[in-house]
Amino acid sequence: MHELAITEGVVDAVTGRLPDARITCVRLEIGALSGVVADSVRFCFDLVTEGTNLEGARLEIIEPPGLCSCRVCGVNFEPDGPIAICPCGSAEVTVLAGQDLKITSVQVG
Amino acid sequence: MCATCGCSSGSSVTLLLAEHDQRHGHGLGGPGHVHGLGGHGHSHAAWGQAGHEDVRLDGHEAAGHDHDHEDPGHGAHPAGSPPQGELTTLDPVDGPRTIELQQKVLAKNDEIAQENRLWLRERGILAVNLMSSPGAGKTTLLEATMRGMAGRVSISVVEGDQETALDATRVLAAGSSVVQINTGAGCHLDAEMVARALRCLDPPSGSIVMIENVGNLVCPALFDLGEQARVVLASVTEGADKPLKYPHMFRQADLVLLNKTDLLPYVDFDVREYSAGLRKVTPDALLLQVSATTGDGMHAWYDWLRRRTPVPQD
Repeated sequence: MHELAITEGVVDAVTGRLPDARITCVRLEIGALSGVVADSVRFCFDLVTEGTNLEGARLEIIEPPGLCSCRVCGVNFEPDGPIAICPCGSAEVTVLAGQDLKITSVQVG
Repeated sequence: MCATCGCSSGSSVTLLLAEHDQRHGHGLGGPGHVHGLGGHGHSHAAWGQAGHEDVRLDGHEAAGHDHDHEDPGHGAHPAGSPPQGELTTLDPVDGPRTIELQQKVLAKNDEIAQENRLWLRERGILAVNLMSSPGAGKTTLLEATMRGMAGRVSISVVEGDQETALDATRVLAAGSSVVQINTGAGCHLDAEMVARALRCLDPPSGSIVMIENVGNLVCPALFDLGEQARVVLASVTEGADKPLKYPHMFRQADLVLLNKTDLLPYVDFDVREYSAGLRKVTPDALLLQVSATTGDGMHAWYDWLRRRTPVPQD
């Protein structure tokens, strides 16, 4: 359940940057290959924000798909699930996108 | 309730140090028995900066929380001034405003991990993050490794478990200095915990620090500790489909050790299936088959470690 620690990291990062602002919305990007489950972050968010200046804030999560490049056939493809296998059957791939886990922006009231 | 690990307020992260050698008198406090590691009268225990033999830390100080700004080991992170760029306001000032952050969620952990990496490199120390599911044989592997490499390289250990100092006691008996981190309800080690443990251990140049992460194939994968290498330990009693089931963990492995090969005649485990699954997840990781119990294959593991261990500095 590392999503609880992840969500705590979100709250700490925001309160560190904006300690005095009342935060009304937090926007996150959780890539499909990041290893973090967006629903679990949603589940933890209210719990973790309680008593902070993010309490009551809306949580918006976008989940960009993964993008990989095959080192054998050279094609770029979106992996189906967390295991990146090229349509050509090769597992020798480079992950180009979808591993990010970041706070894109916040809204202050 | 602690927001990081979900533990109740009575729970906390605990670090215990037990030194097997006689390296006391380093300003680390007086000799004494480490709480929970009784029965080792020859060991000298101390806690880093605090100078106490047993320090229980509030979870909010030790668990790598960003709001801990009083840790003497991390004076570089003053309150309210994280290292990221300027804030950008996109909307008019009088209404609700959107503030662009573009900040990695694990930026704080990654930053401390980078400090750990630098700290280790400056001192010429190899740190290995050893991860596995519970019961794969991490502690048995460490005990065997200490015996197998005894006299050639010094190995100290950071033990991560939710509770108890049982593993630390075993490692201490095998002849190594050890810090036990009890994470309470936490399911992984983070860079802050390891930073404290490293300063507590103060390993010699040219040595190896084995970081035994909390037994878990999911959560530790996300947290960089500042290690130079990630080793995933698997065992033939677990089932050959583990790499495909836990791709995040295996994808980041530099080396996968397949342990308990002495049990292969008795279990339904297909090494070829395992290897094929691993190749799908991470084509580049090396796979070594070992038995920590019988010693089979262990020399390849020792060689792998030796090749990465820095030459001691003067």
